[in-house]
Amino acid sequence: MVDVPYDATTEIPPAEVAEVELYHPTSWWTRYVFSQDAKVIAIQYSLTASAIGLVALVLSWLMRLQLGFPGTFSFIDANQYLQFITMHGMIMVIYLLTALFLGGFGNYLIPLMVGARDMVFPYVNMLSYWVYLLAVVVLASTFFVPGGPTGAGWTLYPPQAILSGTPGQDWGIVLMLSSLILFIIGFTMGGLNYVVTVLQARTRGMTLMRLPLTVWGIFTATIMALLAFPALFVASVMMLFDRLLGTSFFMPALVEMGQQMKYGGGSPILFQHLFWFFGHPEVYIVALPAFGIVSDLISTHARKNIFGYRMMVWAIVAIGALSFIVWAHHMYVSGMHPHFGFFFATTTLIIAIPTAIKVYNWVLTLWRGDIHLTVPMLFALGFIITFVNGGLTGLFLGNVVVDVPLSDTMFVVAHFHMVMGVAPIMVVLGAIYHWYPKVTGRMLNDALGKFHFWVTFLGAYLIFFPMHYLGLLGVPRRYHDIGEVAFVPPSAHTLNAFITVVALTVGFAQMVFLFNLVWSLFKGRHSGGNPWRATTLEWQTPETPPGHGNWGKELPVVYRWAYDYSVPGAKEDFIPQNQPPATRALQGAAP
Amino acid sequence: MAETTLTDTVESPERIAGWRGIAADWSSDQRAFKNVSWGKAMMWIFLLSDTFIFSCFLLSYMTARMSTTVPWPNPSEVFALNIAGRHIPLILIAIMTFILISSSGTMAMAVNFGYRRDRVKTAVLMLVTAAFGATFVGMQAFEWTKLIMEGVRPWENPWGAAQFGSSFFMITGFHGTHVTIGVIFLIAIARKVWRGDFDVARRGFFTSRKGHYEIVEIMGLYWHFVDLVWVFIFAFFYLW
Repeated sequence: MVDVPYDATTEIPPAEVAEVELYHPTSWWTRYVFSQDAKVIAIQYSLTASAIGLVALVLSWLMRLQLGFPGTFSFIDANQYLQFITMHGMIMVIYLLTALFLGGFGNYLIPLMVGARDMVFPYVNMLSYWVYLLAVVVLASTFFVPGGPTGAGWTLYPPQAILSGTPGQDWGIVLMLSSLILFIIGFTMGGLNYVVTVLQARTRGMTLMRLPLTVWGIFTATIMALLAFPALFVASVMMLFDRLLGTSFFMPALVEMGQQMKYGGGSPILFQHLFWFFGHPEVYIVALPAFGIVSDLISTHARKNIFGYRMMVWAIVAIGALSFIVWAHHMYVSGMHPHFGFFFATTTLIIAIPTAIKVYNWVLTLWRGDIHLTVPMLFALGFIITFVNGGLTGLFLGNVVVDVPLSDTMFVVAHFHMVMGVAPIMVVLGAIYHWYPKVTGRMLNDALGKFHFWVTFLGAYLIFFPMHYLGLLGVPRRYHDIGEVAFVPPSAHTLNAFITVVALTVGFAQMVFLFNLVWSLFKGRHSGGNPWRATTLEWQTPETPPGHGNWGKELPVVYRWAYDYSVPGAKEDFIPQNQPPATRALQGAAP
Repeated sequence: MAETTLTDTVESPERIAGWRGIAADWSSDQRAFKNVSWGKAMMWIFLLSDTFIFSCFLLSYMTARMSTTVPWPNPSEVFALNIAGRHIPLILIAIMTFILISSSGTMAMAVNFGYRRDRVKTAVLMLVTAAFGATFVGMQAFEWTKLIMEGVRPWENPWGAAQFGSSFFMITGFHGTHVTIGVIFLIAIARKVWRGDFDVARRGFFTSRKGHYEIVEIMGLYWHFVDLVWVFIFAFFYLW
C-alpha cells in the first residue's frame, strides 16, 4: 500500500530532531492548572467547551418550549427568543465544536498519534487555552450585562446587528465581537502548534501518508481555520468600529424612528462576504475532524483496513480547498449577479464528489467487515446516515432556484442541524466513548452508552426530519411565534409540540451521558492500555493514561500504516503501527 | 558556515533538488521541511495567516472606496506637507517608507551577525532596527495628529467619503500595532543577545526552553513581513 521506509532489513536512522526539552511541572498548579502538557490542555479545552455547550443546549430547550407551546411560557419574550437563537448558534458552532475538535481532540491526539512528546511550543499552547477561556468568559458575561446578549442571529448581519431594534445593542454585540476576536487570537496560537507538530515533529517512520485519518482531518481543518478566521477577525473589528466609533464600513444611510442616522455609504453585503468567507470553511473545519475520526472508529470497530486510504486523504484536502470558493451560496437571496450564482452553485455541487468518495469508502470499509456494534461504532454508523441525509438536502439548497423559496425556512434549520450539528456531535460522542479509556484508564458504561446512543440518534431524526416538512410548508425560521397564518396548517403546530417533547427527551439522554462520564471515572471497568485492540500509536503508550512526555524513554518507531486490521496470516487481527516486521523482530534488531 | 548549523536542523546528506526533492521530502518521515526548525515553520505559517488578515482589510477598503458615491479625498493633497514654504505631496509617507525599508536592511545585517555569533553587532543592529521602527511609529503618530487637527475622524472628514478616515485609521493603526509589537520584541531579543543568553543556553523566563541565535532570524521574518505589508498599504492607500 504505502511506501515503507523501514522494512525488515533497512537500518533505522537516528532521529532528525533532537530530543525536545519538555517543561517539567514542579507543583500542583503547573501540573494541572497552568499546565503546558498538551493532554492536560486538551482536557481543559474539552471541559470548558462542554460547559459552555451545556448552556447552548439549555438555550435550545427554551427555544423549543417557546416554539412548541407558544404563549405558554411568559418568561420567553420575542427579544429573549432572538437572544437564545443567537447564543445557541454561536456557542455550538464556534465555542463548542471548533474548540472541542481542534483544541480538545487535536491537543490530545496529535502528539500521541504522530509519536511526539508534546506539541512543539507547549507554552504557546497553554496561552491558547487561557485566551480561549477568556473568550468564553466574555461571551458568557453577556447574559449578565444590561440588555443581555445580542439577538442578531449567529450571522450577526449588519445593519440590524448594531441598531437599536435588536436586543443586546448596548453591550451584547460589543462583547460578542470582542469575544470572537479573543477566540481567534487564542485559536491561532493553538492552531500554529497543531500544524507545525504534524508537519515537523513526527516520529521515525511516521510519514504523512501513514498518519491516521484523524490527524489528517484535524490538520487540514486547522490550516483552513488559520486561513478562514482572519476574515471573521477583520469583519468583527470593522463592525466593532461601526458600533463604537460610528464608522460606516457596513452601514448604509438609514432612517431610524424617523431620524436620519449618522451612518452612510457602507456595504452590508461586504460583511456578508467576509462572514461567509469564514463561515463556509467553518462548516468543514467542524466536519473534517469528524470525517477523520469517524474513519478511524469504523476501521477499528469493523476490524478492517480503511478502504482507499489515499483517496480519503485527497478527499479531505480537496474538500478543504474547495470550501474556500463556495461561500456565496449562503447569499443567494442577498442579491447577486446571476453568473455568480451559477459559479457558486457549481462549486458547491462539485464538493459533493470528494464527499461522496468518503461516504462510499466508509461503507466499503464496513463491507464484509467484522463489525462490532460497540458504542463508538454505533455513533459512527449514526454519523454516516445523518451525514448522507444532511448532504442530500444540501443538494437542494446548493441550487439557486431551489434555494430561493426554501431560504429562511425551517428546511434550512433542519439541513444544517443534520449536516453540521447532529452529524459532528455524533462523532464527538463516539470519539469520547472511544478515547475515554485512554484518557482515564476506565471504560464508559456500555448499557448507559447504548441507551444514550439510541435516544440521541432516534431523537435527532424525530426532531429534524419533520422540520424539513415544516420548511417545505413555508414555516419561517427565527420567528418567536408564527401565530395564525393561512399557509401553516394546524397540524404544523402539533408537529412543533411533538418536536419539543422529543428535544427535551434527547436533552435528558445527554444528562445520562454526563452522569456516565462522572460515574465511570470512579466506578468504570479498568480498560487496560488498548481495550479496542487498535493499531494507532496512542494505544501503544507505556502508561495509560499516558504519562508526562507520552512515551517513556524511547520514542516509538513506526513500521506500517495505521490500518493493519485482520491481516491474513498475522497472529492477531491487528498489528500496531510500531510493531516491527517479523524478520526484524526475530533478529532482535528493533531499536 | 559550520557555525550556522542549528542543533535541531540536521540535514540529511543526500538531498534531491527541484520538485522531485519536494515530493521526496513530503513523503518522508519526521519532517516535511527538512532544514526548517519548528520556530521558523511556525512563523511562516503565522505570516500566511496574517497575510489573510491584511488582505481582508485591504479588500474591504478597496470595496468601500470603489462603491462610494461621494468623492474620495485626494491622497496626494491630504498627505502633503508644507516644508520651507514649499508644498510637497506625500513627503512624510515617502520618508516613513524609506525609514521602514532601511530598517529591513539593518535587520538583515543583524541576522547575518547573529549567525556569526557576534553578540555586540547583532544586538546593536537589532536596536538600530527597533529605533527605525519606533521612528516610523512616531511619524505615524505625527501624521495621525496632523489629520485629526485638520478634522479627520473615523466617522467623517472635511473632504469627502467618510470611509477615507475609517479605513485610514483602521489599516494604518493595525499596521502600526504590528510595528510596535515588533519593536518591543526586537528590544527584548536584543537584550537577550547582548546578555549572551544564547551562548550560555540560558532558559527563557516564560518557556523555560533554551534559546538559539535563530530567534534573530525568526524575528527578521516577522519584521520583513511587516515591511512588505507596508509596501502594499503604501501602494493601495497613498498612491491610488
